[in-house]
Amino acid sequence: MTATDLRPPAERAAAEPDRPARGRAAARAAVTGVRRRRARRTLLVCLVLVVLIVVVLVASMITGDVPLTVGQVWYALTGRGTAGTNFIVYQLRLPRIETGLLTGACFGVAGAIFQSLVRNPLASPDIIGVSYGASAGGVVAILVLGWSGFALSGAALVGGLAVAAAIYLLAWRDGISGYRFVLIGIGLSAVLASVINYAITRAQVFEAQSALVWLTGSLNGASVDQFATLLPPAAVLLVAALVARRWLSGLQLGDELAVATGVPVERARLVLILIGVALAAVATAAVGPIGFVAFVAGPIARRLTRGTGDALVAPALVGALVVTAADYAGQHLLPVTLPVGVITPLIGAPYLLWLLITSGKTRFGGS
Amino acid sequence: MALLEKAPALAGPAAPPHRLSAEGLRLGYGDRVIVDELGLSIQPGRITVLVGANGCGKSTLLKGMARLLTPSHGAVLLDGKSVHATPSKEIAKVLGLLPQSPTAPEGITVADLVGRGRYPHQGWFRRWTAEDEAAVTDALTATGTLELADRPIDEMSGGQRQRVWIAMALAQQTDLLLLDEPTTFLDLAHQIDVLDLLTDLNRRRGTTIVIVMHDLNLACRYADELIAMCGGTLIAQGAPAQVITAETVREVFGIESVVINDPLSGTPTVVPVGRHHCGGRTDR
Repeated sequence: MTATDLRPPAERAAAEPDRPARGRAAARAAVTGVRRRRARRTLLVCLVLVVLIVVVLVASMITGDVPLTVGQVWYALTGRGTAGTNFIVYQLRLPRIETGLLTGACFGVAGAIFQSLVRNPLASPDIIGVSYGASAGGVVAILVLGWSGFALSGAALVGGLAVAAAIYLLAWRDGISGYRFVLIGIGLSAVLASVINYAITRAQVFEAQSALVWLTGSLNGASVDQFATLLPPAAVLLVAALVARRWLSGLQLGDELAVATGVPVERARLVLILIGVALAAVATAAVGPIGFVAFVAGPIARRLTRGTGDALVAPALVGALVVTAADYAGQHLLPVTLPVGVITPLIGAPYLLWLLITSGKTRFGGS
Repeated sequence: MALLEKAPALAGPAAPPHRLSAEGLRLGYGDRVIVDELGLSIQPGRITVLVGANGCGKSTLLKGMARLLTPSHGAVLLDGKSVHATPSKEIAKVLGLLPQSPTAPEGITVADLVGRGRYPHQGWFRRWTAEDEAAVTDALTATGTLELADRPIDEMSGGQRQRVWIAMALAQQTDLLLLDEPTTFLDLAHQIDVLDLLTDLNRRRGTTIVIVMHDLNLACRYADELIAMCGGTLIAQGAPAQVITAETVREVFGIESVVINDPLSGTPTVVPVGRHHCGGRTDR
């Protein structure tokens, strides 16, 4: 039974006198058990997140200027609603919720990809300037070019990609060091902030106002049309991210072991960066750079599932939950109505401070 | 033993052994050439140990053979085909590597880490299979790390950790395994432990093993074939008893020595000569 053990049974027994030699089947059952326990935990975490998201969704559907009952919403969703409830459900509340869910998932996955790739919790797109790049592209598109829809998404994507390319080129020195990557990203963020401010000061007051709301990150602009613009690219990118996930697991081992296990390192890294940038850009184009969602989603998911940061479903769910819950809070729980982008930093900023205070050299200086 | 024969990926002596060689190899970093015009052939099914002074290019050569470095001239050949012209995943099914200081993702468990060695055997849509599970179980059992399967690797001692890394390389089920200084940061007991483990692997599965190592005496004891390098070229290749003489040690390491026989293995043991404590013998 112990044929694949490299040591002969006698030697094995001598080495471990207090324990009888275990059969291969028992060993295999032990390994399966370990893997299943991990998988079960991840599944459980995801289920709990889904339940929480459903709770927020139901609350968001029934709360508002015109309160609805769960029954009314259900009737509307199953095609038996009145014209009034149909309008509220389909035109006002559903697009907002759908947009929140999808952009939250995009931000969450984008953050998890970057943090895992650079091996640094600070390397999320909203900290290193990729979201700023997308914002700058978006602001220029809105204010200077008067674009919207897919064109706006395109402009945000170009902005995000330009920043990612700049960081990559500037931080590259026989490989990517996490610390350099983050610092250069923060530097570029400052440059882009001034680009955004310049565009706003040059704009008409009304336009500047709407651009500012967008820059804060808000679901107020969510509409059926806007969701139709967001859904196709976001869905494609999320599926692409899930498929490319196995590259992420390989790259986590460092370049040498990634090559040794057969990961096409350069191509894998490029594709993952492109997916991450595109996810952040598409979501930013739709709702503006909702701050700190990408930053907190990965670490929260990782802590809950006790994973290594290469999982992407849990960060997507955390991102979706954070955006929808923060939007609900901003809409209904506070004395004044606030856009979601004002609420999320209230969660993210303390975490950033905690990270900066508690992180030792190992976490920041790590490659 | 029946199980070994049933699993073709484990490649017992029956399978045709894969051959690793190099021709006119030039390796370096940037403009700095470390290894030049190097040709060698690794004996299939044997343990080959690369020795040499610091900076002689032995680790560079190993990295070149593992395709971590692209040669500016010449080629590394696996079964006659250039490793750089073959898809990385195909190479990874045959040729494994344990780098000198591998880094594990924070918080990763032993079972997860060892499972990642299965990458080359998985596809985009064919993920975790019974075969993967069996390979991981075998690797953990063989390295004595089964009990640690659920523990994070961060908590482990150097010796345990090295066993886990070797388990990961075993899970990859390659016929050839390259190891860059696998014993350097270990105490003596764990050095012997790792070398015995690798010898078991070689003897039982016929795995071709190439090790870069500093300890000349352990190298002599464990190597079937010794390759001595100096200044980026091969000085000698052959059985330790043929390669290791006072002359080779002088040429490779720049030190006088007395070569005696290891009382246990009968292999050469190098006793270095220094300026002190050598009974007045200072040949330099």
